[in-house]
Amino acid sequence: MAPKLDTAQMHKYWTKTSALMWTIFALWIFFSFVAPLFAVQLNSIRFLGFPLGFYMAAQGSLIAFVVLCVWNAIAQNKIDEEFGVQED
Amino acid sequence: MADSKAAGGGFYGNLGKIYGGYAGGFIVFTLILAVLEQMGVPNKVIGYCFVILTIGVYAYIGILSRTMDLSEYYVAGRKVPALYNGMATGADWMSAASFISMAGGIYLGGFNALGYVLGWTGGYVLVGILLAPYLRKFGQFTVPDFLGTRYEGNGARLCGVVVLFCASFTYIVAQCFGIGIITSRFLGIPFEVAIFVGLLGILVCSMLGGMRAVTWTQVAQYIILIISYLVPVVWLSTKLYGIPIPELTYGQALDQIAALETKLGVVKHYVDAFTDAKGQFSWTEFNNFWALVLCLMIGTASLPHILMRYFTTPSVREARTSVAWSIFFIFLLYFTAPAYASFAKLEVYQNVIGQPIASLPAWVQNWSQVGGLLTIKDGNSDGILQLSEFIINQDIIVLSMPEIAGLPYVVSGLVAAGGLAAALSTADGLLLAIANALSHDVYYKMIDPKASTARRLIVARGLLVGVAIIAAAVAGTRPSGIIQMVAWAFSLAAAGLFAPLVLGIWWKRTTKIGAISGMIAGFGICLFYLVMTRYWPADFKAMFGTDLWWGIRNISSAVFGLPAAFIVTYVVSLMTPAPSKEMQNFVDSIRTPGGAVAAHN
Repeated sequence: MAPKLDTAQMHKYWTKTSALMWTIFALWIFFSFVAPLFAVQLNSIRFLGFPLGFYMAAQGSLIAFVVLCVWNAIAQNKIDEEFGVQED
Repeated sequence: MADSKAAGGGFYGNLGKIYGGYAGGFIVFTLILAVLEQMGVPNKVIGYCFVILTIGVYAYIGILSRTMDLSEYYVAGRKVPALYNGMATGADWMSAASFISMAGGIYLGGFNALGYVLGWTGGYVLVGILLAPYLRKFGQFTVPDFLGTRYEGNGARLCGVVVLFCASFTYIVAQCFGIGIITSRFLGIPFEVAIFVGLLGILVCSMLGGMRAVTWTQVAQYIILIISYLVPVVWLSTKLYGIPIPELTYGQALDQIAALETKLGVVKHYVDAFTDAKGQFSWTEFNNFWALVLCLMIGTASLPHILMRYFTTPSVREARTSVAWSIFFIFLLYFTAPAYASFAKLEVYQNVIGQPIASLPAWVQNWSQVGGLLTIKDGNSDGILQLSEFIINQDIIVLSMPEIAGLPYVVSGLVAAGGLAAALSTADGLLLAIANALSHDVYYKMIDPKASTARRLIVARGLLVGVAIIAAAVAGTRPSGIIQMVAWAFSLAAAGLFAPLVLGIWWKRTTKIGAISGMIAGFGICLFYLVMTRYWPADFKAMFGTDLWWGIRNISSAVFGLPAAFIVTYVVSLMTPAPSKEMQNFVDSIRTPGGAVAAHN
């Protein structure tokens, strides 16, 4: 079992974890709402043979979601190891 | 229990070989049927082979995985590696709505229906960052378990069970409906009977082995559903453009569709965003788009049958990795779906519309017989099929596309097997979520805490069968389209469960009374809006002087429930005394992967 963090360490750990969460959360909002909702404007741009607005809602944002989930797993594991709270 | 799975190391050490061999076997089986078809074996036999053989395999896995151990029954012994849990989550997740209806929705709705594609993928980001690792650390059996512990008592637990039941039951009815469509079409039996045949397929997977059996059948079902979804699209991409990667080529199909739209006089263009039926930009469509995306994403992060999949990994770390695998496996289908829809649209515009009605191929006849899902009416009696005379339901577009595009019937059989895998796997996950909540949270935690293990497992299984039969009976009444019912389920779960789960982990100040009030407010408003606008629209209009609040359709009811849940939880929590020091320690302990979960009542 990893040692239990003292209050200060716990606070630091949680600040870092929260910062990661909010960063990914903001990007999630961007790819879920901001990009798709400008589809009308983006559709006048061509990208890989697609109208860009359609492309973002059908593929672009989805790729971003996968990347965000992978990034979260890797970055959070690093934070855990930094504070020694990973599982044994 | 001398089966291969109980042997532990042998099975878990050889997962790659076992499922690799299984996938290879399935491909060989499909090729054999393809050869048989060329040799003149009738289509009906091929349909039978696909449906019966795949259900047979699931049943076999289900029986092999039978168990009398509580931890195995509820959380598959917490031994499911991240990759396989990802596949199982993929199958658990992708239901009849994703597999059968979603591409059909895009076919009919164009860009506006892409809200489903976005909504059903992006939610995993929230699962990964907000919930899954913490719920895994908490480490009990069910989602209401978490609510009951964090909010000290059976009040929150019961609220959780009620929301879980309403959402999951709505969802499972939609799956039974999808299973009914497929078995009815491919076995040639009446819809009402077909539902109950499918029901046996569901029960045989889950009843004996609970979560353990469902997990390993879901992995098998994922493999079949992804192969069968990709084959027809890759085939068509190759046939049309010579490149077997549909995601790259369907941009060309979009251009061809646009050209044909001009020729056929279609005013609502396929790729245009937020247009109404007249092809004009509409703020109502715009608002409904983001509302739907929001509800589906938050619903993803609230549906207990998905969250409980992350209870089964060996560690918190694996739970996180597993979320990444899950969204990857899910992504494979979702980013292919718009290609599927586009190719189907192109085929219909090019090769079906404008043909003499008398010479339409056999698939038209076959599909017209399945409960009014396809209608062809020669409105102007000229013997030629016009666009307006071809009315196809979104629930059969995926299933009928291989036939429409003139692919061999074996591809149709393959797609049917995939659709069945999708519907069965989700139905099993949901059924287990409901039955576990009733047996563990209601029966064991509230009614009879002294019940023996054997008795708890008997109760769990009895409830499983009971809920399944009721769901099938309700599906037989054809309450609504698949995708609508599923979207309702997401809204109900989102409005009722998201706030207490997320705040429970991320805001220590959340109190018991705050959470319970928030759940009641959020779920209540969502349910009220959904039921009133769906069943009593006249009364709703009399009450508020409008058909819908801001034009938001009831599939996105959670748009009203969610803010209510968060605001009420916040305000009431601040008005009630802060949670005890022990509770705050408990929250700290589930925030870190290592260490023990702090003592709680």
